Amino acid sequence: MSSSFANFGNELYSGKRSYNFVGAKKVWFLIAAVAVALSILIPVAKGGFNLGIEFRGGSEFTVSNVKTTDAGAGEQAVQDVVPGAIPRVANVAGTTMRIQTDKLTDDETLKIKAGLTSAYGVTDNEVTSTFVGPTWGADVTKQALIGLVVFVLLAAVLMALYFRTWKMSLSAVSGMLVTMFITAGVYALSDFEVTPSAVIGFLTVLSYSLYDTVVVFDKIRENTAEVSASTRRTFAEEVNLAVNQTLVRSINTMMVAILPVGAILFIGAGLLGAGTLRDLSLALFVGILIGTAATIFVAAPMYAWLRQNEPGLVKQAKRVEQRRAGNTDRADASAASAGA
Amino acid sequence: MARTGPKKAGLRVLVWLGVVLAALTAVLAAGTIAGQASWSPKLALDLEGGTQMILAPKVEGGSDINEQQLNQAVAIIRQRVDGSGVAEAEISTQSGRNVVVSLPGTPSTQTRALIQASADMNFRPVLLNGAGAAVPAESLTPVDQLPKPTAEPANSSDVNWITPEVYGAFETLDCDNPSQDKQKRSDPTKPLVTCEPATAKTPALKYILGPVEVKGTNIVTSSFQLQRGSQGAVTNQWAVNIQFDGEGTAKFKEVTQRLNQFYVAAGGESGNDPKAQFAIVLDDQVISAPRSLAVITDGRPQITGNFTEQSAKALSDQLRFGALPISFDIQSEQQISATLGGEQLRMGLLAGLIGLMLVVVYSLFQYRALGFVTIASLVVAGALTYLAIAILGWTENYRLSLAGVAGLIVAIGQTADSFIVYFERIRDELREGRGLVSAVENGWKRAKRTVLASKAVNLLAALVLYFVAVGNVRGFAFTLGLTAIADLIVVFMFTHPTLQLLARTKFFGEGHIFSGLDPKRLGVVPLYRGAGRLRTPEAKPDVVRAKNTGAAAEAVRRMTIAERRLAEKQEQLTGSSNGAAKENK
Repeated sequence: MSSSFANFGNELYSGKRSYNFVGAKKVWFLIAAVAVALSILIPVAKGGFNLGIEFRGGSEFTVSNVKTTDAGAGEQAVQDVVPGAIPRVANVAGTTMRIQTDKLTDDETLKIKAGLTSAYGVTDNEVTSTFVGPTWGADVTKQALIGLVVFVLLAAVLMALYFRTWKMSLSAVSGMLVTMFITAGVYALSDFEVTPSAVIGFLTVLSYSLYDTVVVFDKIRENTAEVSASTRRTFAEEVNLAVNQTLVRSINTMMVAILPVGAILFIGAGLLGAGTLRDLSLALFVGILIGTAATIFVAAPMYAWLRQNEPGLVKQAKRVEQRRAGNTDRADASAASAGA
Repeated sequence: MARTGPKKAGLRVLVWLGVVLAALTAVLAAGTIAGQASWSPKLALDLEGGTQMILAPKVEGGSDINEQQLNQAVAIIRQRVDGSGVAEAEISTQSGRNVVVSLPGTPSTQTRALIQASADMNFRPVLLNGAGAAVPAESLTPVDQLPKPTAEPANSSDVNWITPEVYGAFETLDCDNPSQDKQKRSDPTKPLVTCEPATAKTPALKYILGPVEVKGTNIVTSSFQLQRGSQGAVTNQWAVNIQFDGEGTAKFKEVTQRLNQFYVAAGGESGNDPKAQFAIVLDDQVISAPRSLAVITDGRPQITGNFTEQSAKALSDQLRFGALPISFDIQSEQQISATLGGEQLRMGLLAGLIGLMLVVVYSLFQYRALGFVTIASLVVAGALTYLAIAILGWTENYRLSLAGVAGLIVAIGQTADSFIVYFERIRDELREGRGLVSAVENGWKRAKRTVLASKAVNLLAALVLYFVAVGNVRGFAFTLGLTAIADLIVVFMFTHPTLQLLARTKFFGEGHIFSGLDPKRLGVVPLYRGAGRLRTPEAKPDVVRAKNTGAAAEAVRRMTIAERRLAEKQEQLTGSSNGAAKENK
């Protein structure tokens, strides 16, 4: 298996084995477009994202003079009334418990209050409830969005300067946007609550997505640096070859990145159920998969597509075709070549 | 010499890495011995718990706080907390009335003062100023010579405000060693004796100020810019612009009319009557006391002086953000336990470990012995990151939340990617038929560019989000930047030098089957195959000139059917977009 994988790498490098990522771009673009459209439709159909208490605020219960400080008792009391809720239970100053949940109806509030009273063995007037505002307020979201926009703009400029072409920037950012939409769409589909951890995971994915694209694009830059002086391959073929040559690294990197995340998602979250780890690792798991795929299937083909109609490259493609035609009819072609 | 060059260089770099690690360990050890740092990283609120403070806002005039003011208060407290380090605090509102601040650990008195402090900003006219030092006891003005008011003060600039008590307080006030105790908020209708703290460029000053003339709430906004000269050309002097609302405009006009008279009477530019100055007072401290050079009628004064870009920005920010007429009473301050049980951290770490084991297995499977270089590099990166986190926990109050721990585990992927890019480049070079030593050097030259360019993206994300974002996002950006830097250090100072050395060993250099760099497994066809046979390049880079078009087209036409099929098949194999070929047919 390992040896065949090495062989796989060798064949990809020499071009003996090649996957037509660039040529079949219409198929990939169509799939990406459908996936993005679905990712926008799903949250809309479900009535928006399921935002957590950190974003919307919620109810807070304070239980004083508790007999036990077991957090599980409080969680259970809330879940008995609102199944699937993820309350945040903390012990405050020794004998007081603080239980925070999503917004509750009056009826639910009363039921939970009764549940907490018996769970912690206190009297009625030792349980108070109040409303808490979001910890992730509008100001945090606003600043994060500003930061994100500034980052993407600066990254686009940085890439345009480094690669000396804005077309690579545009392709890389497009790939990132596809990753962003699909990851958000899958998260909405999972119906997990959106927590600050999920947002952090999401930001990591954006940075990973651009990072991954830069690595592949650097190989494309290297392969296509002297494309106009060569008739070996057309520009699109050189791009495709670069993607194939970096395919082994893309797979290896994705595997190495996704193994720990997958372990957290499936083992950690499986054992613990809902919580910070599950939210974060789901966003990352989906994002790393989609981000790697978007580089190969969206960003690279898009770059080839953006440049294929440049006059210099059209001419070069023609020359490649002529050279190939010449090579097939060996004797005549070399004679013609020599004759010219 | 040429052969030992890279080897020596490699060894030297490895020694430097050892020095860096030892230095970081020494710093942390020193901090631990001094009792300020600890060997383990500090944990954030969700994992360690901390202190919860419930703050009840006090609005000037006793009116109820509205939602907008409350949100503004939360934003301002968040800025203050963020400014004191990268600990992720939780700030929210309760019952639409109180602000709840949860901080990891036990907040210091400074942090507490910072949170409680209202941003009470106003403008007062200056009555008298002096050097910051307290007047020595022996040279204090005798009681009978203290200035005595002769009449009721007519306006805020009237020196009749200076009573013997006020003057006495002024003389004994020591602005060079200001006391940390926050005095009670001053009465806006009485004079105020206070300091202008020393800055890098100016010494501390002390002032007697008249009653408040214009309130900070009358400021609509503030900005800073390079001053324009009389010709409209930009000079290199920084200036701060203020814009008042209607009420502020009217009041400020009245003040500047009065103050400007003092300025003109004292001889304009060369004069030094303190009464021509108005002081911008934030939380009862003077942050700036410019002179009134003109009567401002449009409510848009411009403050000029010896500003640097930084100090202009600082003043402008203070003017803009400082106008919060709310102060806070700490209603309760309680210990709060971690919201996530220790179980979450344990499971997270366990899952992370299992993931790491999988990475180890995968690396060995993919890269054989070279996989050990990956693992060793990850270990070095882990050690660097751990030391950095522990040290930053001490100096910057950086704390690890569960999300941060997960972020670090994810960083493994991106760190390993640098090695993967590098190893694949070496393999590519080997496939081209190079020897291992030159493959390592050439592969590194190419991989270095890729690694730098891609890490630049990560660093950019970290920097931008760190400086722009607030709260949790800022903590995340810090972790992201930290791992990107650790990664760069490791790939430059460990992985590459190690490979330089390994390339010279027999095991790797001769491409042992388990080295992961076995030329045969990489499908290398040596350039020279003995007996004078050279490998033929796969395709000759023929340069076909435009003149050949006709001949080439003719050649296509003259192909036999079998040849044409073969040609088409080859094209499909190379995956070309064969639009151009069809045109020719």
